[in-house]
Amino acid sequence: MPDATGLELLAQRIRGAVADDAVVGTAYQHGQAMLEVAPARVREVLTYLRDKDEEPYEQLLSLHGVDYLPEEPRLGVHYQLLARARRERLGVKTRVTVEDPVVPSVVDIFPTANFHEREAFDMFGLLFDGHPDPRRILLPEDYEGFPQRRDFPVGGEPVLFTHNEHKYPRWYE
Amino acid sequence: MSSDGNGNGAEHSRPDPLAAPYREREQSVTLERVGHGPAAATEQLEPETELFTINLGPHHPATHGVLRLLCTLEGETVLDVKPIVGYVHTGIEKSMETQQYWKAITFVERMDYLAYNFNAQAYCMTVERLLDEPVPARGEYLRVIHCELNRIASHLFWLGTSALDIGAITMMWWALRERDYVLDLFEMSSGQRMHTRYIQVGGVIDDIPPGWERKCREFLELFPARIDQYEALLDKNEIWLQRLKNVGVVSPERLRELGVTGPLLRAAGDPWDLRKAMPYSAYSDFDFQIPVGTVGDCYDRYRVRMAEMRESARIVEQALDGLPEGPYITTNRKVALPPRHELATSMEALIHHFKLVTEGFRVGPGEAYCAIESPRGELGCYILADGSAKPARVHVRDPSFVNLQALPEMSEGGLIADMIANIAMLDPILGGIDR
Repeated sequence: MPDATGLELLAQRIRGAVADDAVVGTAYQHGQAMLEVAPARVREVLTYLRDKDEEPYEQLLSLHGVDYLPEEPRLGVHYQLLARARRERLGVKTRVTVEDPVVPSVVDIFPTANFHEREAFDMFGLLFDGHPDPRRILLPEDYEGFPQRRDFPVGGEPVLFTHNEHKYPRWYE
Repeated sequence: MSSDGNGNGAEHSRPDPLAAPYREREQSVTLERVGHGPAAATEQLEPETELFTINLGPHHPATHGVLRLLCTLEGETVLDVKPIVGYVHTGIEKSMETQQYWKAITFVERMDYLAYNFNAQAYCMTVERLLDEPVPARGEYLRVIHCELNRIASHLFWLGTSALDIGAITMMWWALRERDYVLDLFEMSSGQRMHTRYIQVGGVIDDIPPGWERKCREFLELFPARIDQYEALLDKNEIWLQRLKNVGVVSPERLRELGVTGPLLRAAGDPWDLRKAMPYSAYSDFDFQIPVGTVGDCYDRYRVRMAEMRESARIVEQALDGLPEGPYITTNRKVALPPRHELATSMEALIHHFKLVTEGFRVGPGEAYCAIESPRGELGCYILADGSAKPARVHVRDPSFVNLQALPEMSEGGLIADMIANIAMLDPILGGIDR
C-alpha cells in the first residue's frame, strides 16, 4: 500500500500528467489508499497508472459498483489495482449520478473487467460506455430494475412456490 | 453469434407458449437441417463447414454446478464458447445489507460452498480492518489451521469430481473418504461439517476441543501416504496423461490480463500466492513452498493442486506445533460475545451479550477491501460501512467468477472433450460465481 504521503504524490503526478481535474480527491483510511477520479478521466488515469507512472499498477483485480444512497452523486465504481512487483494495492473510485450513470469501459485496457462491468451494470444500472458485450450477466435478460441499488426493496419480488402458484396467473409468460 | 440456429418463426407474433406443440416452441431446433424438410432434397449439405451451436448445461454433470456453455462446434472442434451464468444467483450480497455484521457471516459462507472458511476469513478480515480490531495470536493460528484443512477438503472434492469427469471413478471414492476425515474435524471443532461459521469477527467462535489435536495429527500422518496413492493412480496413467497433457494452455501474460489467480496462474509458472506475496493472518510464521508448473496445461494444474495439498498439510502441522496460548477471540466486549460463564455473575457481561445479540456492533463509516488466497485464487471482500450495525454494501470478488473468463481462451480450437477437461481443471464453483 502506498502511504498517505505516497498517495498525495501519486495524485500530484496524475494531475500533472493527465489533467488538472482528473483527481477529485484522495482518501487514506484503515491503511488503504483510495484515489477518487472524475468519471470522464477514468480511462486516462488507469492507462497512466498501468503504463506510464514511475510506480505502475499493472493489474486490475476487482471492479464493482457501490450505491452511497444518502450521498450525492449516488453511484460509484471501484477499481482495485495491484502492483505485483512492489506488492501494493491501490483503490480507484469514481462517482456518478443515478440520472447519468455513464462510466467509460476499461475492458480494452484490462480484459478482466468484462464480467465485472457486466455485473455492475446488472446490479446497479451503471452504463459502461464502450463495453463489447453490455448485457446482464447474473439476472435474467428481461429483468426490470437494478436490485443492488439501495432503494430497491428486499422481498419486493414475489417468490413462486407450488402453494401460491394460483395467485400469479400466467406467470410463465 | 448464432443467428443460424434461431431460425424461422421468430419474427411473427408468438402464439401461446403452452398451446403450441413442443417442437414449435423449441426454436433452437431447425427441422429442415436434419434432412426431413423439403430443403434436404435439393440442398447439398457440406458437413465439414457446417457450424453447430449447442448448449452444454445448465444441468450437465460435467459443468460442476449450474453452468451453461453456449458452444459453437465444427464437428468436434470447439470454435466458440460463451459461458452463461446466473442460474443459482440468490442475491447474497443484497441480503447481507439487511443483516448485522456478525449475522452476515452465515450468508458469506454460502457463496463458495466448498471454501466456506475462506469466505468467512475474507469477510471477517475486512470487518476487522474497518474496526481496527486486532485478532489474538491463537485465533489467527486456529484460523490458519481451519483454512488450510478447508483447502485440503476443497482440493479433494475437486480431485474427486474432476477425475470423475475424465473417467476415473476410483478417485471419487478415495478423495471423498479423506475429505470426510476433514469434515469430521470441522464437526468436532464447530458442530457443523460444512458452513461451519467457525471464524468470527475478532477471532474464532471456540477453542478446539480436547482430542481434536490428536485426531488432526492422525489425519496429517495418514494424508501424505494417501496423496502418494492418488498420484500412483493418476500421475502416469495413460488415459489421464492423454486427456490432460498440453490441453488448455494459455500464456501467463494473458492469464494475468484476464485477472486469473490461484492454481491456474501458478500452473503457468507464475508463483503468485497471496500467502507468500502479501502475508495476512499468521502465514508469515510458517515455512511452506509455492508449487508452480512449467507448461500451464491441465496436467500442470492437477500437479500444482496436488502439491498444494501437501504444503497445506505441512502448514497445519506447523500451526499445531506452534499453537500459542491465550485467548482465541478478541477480549473486546464491544465486538465479541463474553464467555458464557460470565453471564451468571457479571451484569456488564449480560448487557454486552444482550446488546451484541440484539443490535450487533456498529462499524464506523468507511470502506475497505481485503484479499486472501482461497483454493481458487484471490478472494477479495469489499465492505462499505455507513456507521450502522449493518453493512451498506458487501462485494465479494470471487475467484471462480473471474477465472471463468479464461475458459473460452483455453477451449477454443480444441476438442469438446478437452473443454470438459478444462472445466474440470478450472474448478469453478457456481455458488461463488453467481452469489
